[in-house]
Amino acid sequence: MTTAMVSIAPAPSSRWFRVVLDRESWLKRLLILLLCIWLLTVVVLPLSQLLSKSLTDPQGQFVGLANYIYYFKTPALSNALLNSIFVSTATTGVAVTLGFLFAYALTRTTIPAKGFFKGLAMMPLFAPTLLNGIALIYLFGRKGLITRGFFGFMPGLDINLYGPVGIIISESLFTFPQAVLILSIALKATDARLYEAAESLGAGHVRTFFTVTLPGIKFGLLSAVVVCFILAFTDFGAPKVVGGNFNILATDIYKQVIGQQNFTMGAVVSVVLLIPTVIAFIADRLIQRRQVASIAAKSVPLIPVPNRWRDLLYLGFCSMTTLIIIGFYMTAVFASLVKVWPYHLNLGFWHYHFTGTGGGGYAAFFNSLRMSFYSAAAGTAITFSAAYLIEKTRQMKSLRQTAYFLSILPLALPGLVIGLAYIFFFNASGWTVAGAFIPNPLNFIYATMAILVVSNIVHFFSVSFLTATTALKQMDREFETVSASMGVPFVKTFTRVTVPVCLPAILEIGMYYFVNSMATVSAVIFLYSADLPLASVAVANMDDAGDIAPACAMSVLIVAANIGVRLIYGFLTSGIRRRSQSWAAR
Amino acid sequence: MGSEEIYLKAEALTKRFGPFTALSDVSFEMRRGEFLCVLGPSGCGKTTLLRVVAGLEHQSEGKVFIENRDVSQLPVSKRNVGIVFQSYALFPNLSARSNIAYGLKGQGKNRQAIRRQVDELLELVGLQGMGRKYPAQLSGGQQQRVALARAIAVSPDLLLLDEPLSALDAKVRIMLRGEIRHLQQRLGVTTIMVTHDQEEALTMADRILVIDNGRLVQNGTPHEIYDNPATPFVAAFIGAMNFLPHVTKIGDGLYGLGEHRFSVTGENGSRNLPNGTQVTIAIRPEDVMVQQTRAEPNTLPTRVKAMEYRGPMFRLNLQVPGTGPNGAHLEADVPAEKVRRLNIRPEIKLPVFLPLDRLRVYDSRLLPHNISGDSRI
Repeated sequence: MTTAMVSIAPAPSSRWFRVVLDRESWLKRLLILLLCIWLLTVVVLPLSQLLSKSLTDPQGQFVGLANYIYYFKTPALSNALLNSIFVSTATTGVAVTLGFLFAYALTRTTIPAKGFFKGLAMMPLFAPTLLNGIALIYLFGRKGLITRGFFGFMPGLDINLYGPVGIIISESLFTFPQAVLILSIALKATDARLYEAAESLGAGHVRTFFTVTLPGIKFGLLSAVVVCFILAFTDFGAPKVVGGNFNILATDIYKQVIGQQNFTMGAVVSVVLLIPTVIAFIADRLIQRRQVASIAAKSVPLIPVPNRWRDLLYLGFCSMTTLIIIGFYMTAVFASLVKVWPYHLNLGFWHYHFTGTGGGGYAAFFNSLRMSFYSAAAGTAITFSAAYLIEKTRQMKSLRQTAYFLSILPLALPGLVIGLAYIFFFNASGWTVAGAFIPNPLNFIYATMAILVVSNIVHFFSVSFLTATTALKQMDREFETVSASMGVPFVKTFTRVTVPVCLPAILEIGMYYFVNSMATVSAVIFLYSADLPLASVAVANMDDAGDIAPACAMSVLIVAANIGVRLIYGFLTSGIRRRSQSWAAR
Repeated sequence: MGSEEIYLKAEALTKRFGPFTALSDVSFEMRRGEFLCVLGPSGCGKTTLLRVVAGLEHQSEGKVFIENRDVSQLPVSKRNVGIVFQSYALFPNLSARSNIAYGLKGQGKNRQAIRRQVDELLELVGLQGMGRKYPAQLSGGQQQRVALARAIAVSPDLLLLDEPLSALDAKVRIMLRGEIRHLQQRLGVTTIMVTHDQEEALTMADRILVIDNGRLVQNGTPHEIYDNPATPFVAAFIGAMNFLPHVTKIGDGLYGLGEHRFSVTGENGSRNLPNGTQVTIAIRPEDVMVQQTRAEPNTLPTRVKAMEYRGPMFRLNLQVPGTGPNGAHLEADVPAEKVRRLNIRPEIKLPVFLPLDRLRVYDSRLLPHNISGDSRI
């Protein structure tokens, strides 16, 4: 053994010397690099373009913070910020409170038909937020069902819909399912032994709630607050329909850009919109990072025990909530079928012809289907591959960390900001860098289907990415190592093992992309071109033109398409579950 | 060992993760067909050593040779190693057959040959007829066999087992211990197994590397490791050991503790210590002899303080009088039959005899912090 020691010359230990002649490893490096270039192109560069636009005057001269100073000195503009904060805070309060009660009923009580309740609570996820506003108009608007007392049968009730009231109601409806989802997960992840310990120590219900239940879900609760706030703060659809003269940031961006063609001010308002969301996003990330350590490795799941009065109370609450949600969408369906609201209540498909209205009619609807399909296909492939590369490779750690950050960043990017940033970036003919003009190589995708699809992929990237990452994290870390040791290329293991095992998550991502691409209006409203109309944009435009009934009809079609896709998804996953039961169940 | 039969050679392997040194200057050699156990407490760097040898981690310094070929820069896929992980890492969506055949398909064999080979492998690990089952339908021990079959399917030059038995319950573990060893000898495949279970290492290995804090502290056969532990750490980690501190060296082979004198024949380097050095004397509980009448050297008068019943034997806690205020304690393993015959009870006086050749002497400065005074494992 001692002879061996002699031969140890100071080895070239610098990492640059260590050339690993391994094709696999280089392929992974290349793919990680491509991922970073992709994220740079679709996230970082457009955003910086937006930022620089907000610091220049319309002629392109750098003016520092002058635009911002002007913005905050003009009450007509800066009031929108306060208004936005007000409605989002109120929405968050309503949605998180209701969401908590609903999630509590689903996880901690023994009410019947939990699946039914949960399914209906998710309804708003399938609808464009524009539809929430439109349904509200039919209920509480000037000729609304409730305002007029059910066509005069009862005393009417005017809630002064247009303005903050309407916005808060529709945003609460919109964010409610998100709150329910997040809080259900938080309430489910608890340790029954904590409750047994509290009980054995003589703690009453109230004390147990404040010392065990609330601390147990605090991360989920904060997450729900952040998510609801960001969604309400950045949503454009509902305020556009029921906002009236109540200015909020999202509608202001639209007015500045589309109404006044003032792109600079649009960029300024976008950045103003972006700042609170980014702060909320970072706060949420920091909080979630601390959570990891607090989950016990082996906890006993809590199985709720029947409690007659409590269960009855929660059953009543859930029935009321779901009834309201169904009521909303049934009103919309009904209104879309009525000949002339509220005078001729004959039912029929009059408004589904889309003749004599703008927006694009069925062409728009089919374009939307096509766009959503492409977004789902390409988005799922890109998201899952990105999550795989970041989670399952070991090369280029710092690049992977950067890619991870850029992958979850879009969570904080409102659709309108993405849309506007894409106008600035992809429509630019080129840039002058250090005196040299560089033409924009990506200009060709402007005003095509491609830019719509890319904007959707980025807009909905983070949630899908996190879904994929969670699924991948559940797989044994050593699958890749084992394959490598047997000389099997990682691509083969990816297709033979990783993808099949993660198929449920992959389908979920696909559905998520499709449904959201169908319903979204915020990013695409800046990017669609006249020869490529879209259904959700058509809803906005028809509503603008006062054609509320056709707008409502188009929204109903969007919801129908989404529910159809959801059913296909359910069918596919149940098939997969049956097929994979032999290996998934344990 | 002659260099012509050396199969694997690790030279001064060091692995750092940022400021943390996981592996520090570890060198060892292996003969073809040898079964080597890397033993150490959790977090000592033993898994890192395995991963470096496998090519899953890149050493910061040092080299790995297989058959005199420098493989230090090769990735795992080029080193022809079979790996079995603690978690088995069986692909859940593939049947046992497909798992075993996974590495074979890329080798360009025809389907018939693969099927035959998988059948042989299933039989080899005792899973005939179980090939259609998915990992989730197999017991822990069966999954472990599939993982083993998958690892040896590609005819590896080197088989690496990373705590392969730690996820199994005691009975299955003991059974698989024998099976793995048998299989390894039958195939003659050079094998490195990482474990924190000393019994596993003692029963299975041809040779054991004991690692502590990233350093190789002893390299020897199970016998050498148990009978001649190089450091107090090794002594305490493998088996149980009594440490008698505050012992002074008086002369060659002669040591004093209070009024007592010990003769030692098996000194390990302590011969070079100057007289008057503070040392610690160590003896295994089973080597403490209970005797009654005959006068022998190294006889200690003791008092029985506690008795712990362990089925076939008792572990006695013995206090040694005349060894200072706290007094030295010894533990002795005494067969139950002897306890009955000698009528040993708490608080009786019991002279014990420490055989000259079973005593170990350690420089007190070598004592690890976690072995204080009279602590035993």
